Amino acid sequence: MKRNGALALVFHLAFVVFMLAPLAIVCIVAFTPEGYLSLPTRGPSLRWFKAIFGYPEFLRAFYDSLWLAALSSTIAIGLAVPAALAIARYRFPGREAMTALFMSPLMVPHVVLGIAFLRFFTQIGLSGTFTGLVLSHVIVILPFALRLVLAASYGIDRRIEHAAISLGADTMTAFRRVTLPLILPGVVSGWLLAAINSFDEVTMTVFIASPATVTLPVRMFLYIQDNIDPLIAAVSACLIALTAGLLLALDRLYGLDRLFVGSGKG
Amino acid sequence: MSFAASERSAPYWLAGPALLVFLGLVIIPLGMTVLLSFYDWGQYKGIVPEFTLKNWIEIATDSYFFEVFLRTFRISILVTLACVLIGVPEAYILNRMSPGWRSVCLLVVIGPLLVSVVARTLGWALLLGSNGLVNQGLMALGLITTPLEFMFTETGVVIALTHVLIPFMILSVWASLQRLDPQVENAAASLGAGFFTIWRRVILPQVVPGILSGAIIVFALAASAFASPAIIGGRRLKVAATLAYDEFLNTLNWPLGAAVAVLLLVALVLIIVGSNRLVERRYAQVFE
Repeated sequence: MKRNGALALVFHLAFVVFMLAPLAIVCIVAFTPEGYLSLPTRGPSLRWFKAIFGYPEFLRAFYDSLWLAALSSTIAIGLAVPAALAIARYRFPGREAMTALFMSPLMVPHVVLGIAFLRFFTQIGLSGTFTGLVLSHVIVILPFALRLVLAASYGIDRRIEHAAISLGADTMTAFRRVTLPLILPGVVSGWLLAAINSFDEVTMTVFIASPATVTLPVRMFLYIQDNIDPLIAAVSACLIALTAGLLLALDRLYGLDRLFVGSGKG
Repeated sequence: MSFAASERSAPYWLAGPALLVFLGLVIIPLGMTVLLSFYDWGQYKGIVPEFTLKNWIEIATDSYFFEVFLRTFRISILVTLACVLIGVPEAYILNRMSPGWRSVCLLVVIGPLLVSVVARTLGWALLLGSNGLVNQGLMALGLITTPLEFMFTETGVVIALTHVLIPFMILSVWASLQRLDPQVENAAASLGAGFFTIWRRVILPQVVPGILSGAIIVFALAASAFASPAIIGGRRLKVAATLAYDEFLNTLNWPLGAAVAVLLLVALVLIIVGSNRLVERRYAQVFE
């Protein structure tokens, strides 16, 4: 294959700057020693990172978000694994419609879902509860989990499972000892992608979060609506650092091209 | 016999739990929202469950709503165009890189996708402010004398949304570039075709489906974007999503907000399904 020319590399460099500039500026401004938004020209200071600890609502929102992401992605993967096996292995009436329904949260705008959940939870008395948050997050992240488990399920040879059953294993044992290990990479990455999406979700959550149960992105969004200061830059910088660490781990463990394009090597 | 029967009911048992959850938590709430858009509302009486077309008539006749929806779709079209113009060449460049460099650059493309939209938009708010780096840089270069207004303008929203959504375009185009046989490109070159001819006659026709499916995703996400328009656009520059948010959480006119949301949903579904049909019919031979 031919190499990229000089013009292509200049274009690529400009693109990389465009992609990283907003993230870089947040991280740089977070180190300012001043009381207002500015570049740290007098040398970096950790003043605003320390200030985060004076705002326990950010810390609590962070723990709530982590807990919410872990819980909702676990429920989502629990629903997605059997559903994916059904879709991948059987041809049955309603299969197409069912797949479309499971994928629909990708197409329905999250604003609309937020409004629908707000209305629904208000009617059934779940409004502003953590249970409501978990249920709504399960819905919006299930497509991500399902897609990766589906991709893993299509590839496996059913005869291996039949062999296990003919050797005397019951259905559950065959699933646990044969099928599950085969689709495990898809299950793990599906869970992870679902958890990340839950952790980052803001548009739908802003409708159903209450002051008692608020996630970190929603807390940050509401804060920015009032004012933008170095404190919020410091909180965002922590979030960016956390994501970068996770991303590197994910790339090492699984390969980003496989996770997102689904056709990488290995 | 019993084995055949269990084979037939097995998929329903397997998918049953997820199906029940989705029927209860997607179909019912969405149905209730559609109903809500036909309810009456008053400043003091609140939501009155009586059938009325009031909200829909208000949306159809008040030019404010037309303006907001027009702005929403104008921004989405501009964002989609920007993503095509930047994303397609970038995907091509990525595809020609050596595997080592490519995986590093892929981190740059995909990484921002996983960072919270709020943090990314905050970055643009810092960059685009009248004292932000973009204006300072342009003034230092002597290109402008007074700061450009990016904050609270459509230009600013388009820039931030392009940054947020361009990974989807690149991934989509890249996926179709990977199916391309590099030998075809070499064959065209050996037959005397120049760079632009190869692009126009060989590469582009094969990646058009990837560009179109990426464009549909970007358009749909741009039209329903909330956090970026809310932060960069401020309280004055409303799009459909921020308008619905306002009606729900500030004005508390839920039925009107529900009508705005339902209209957004219907418009998007029509556009997505319509363009999907078009793409599949026009490029059926490419997918075979």
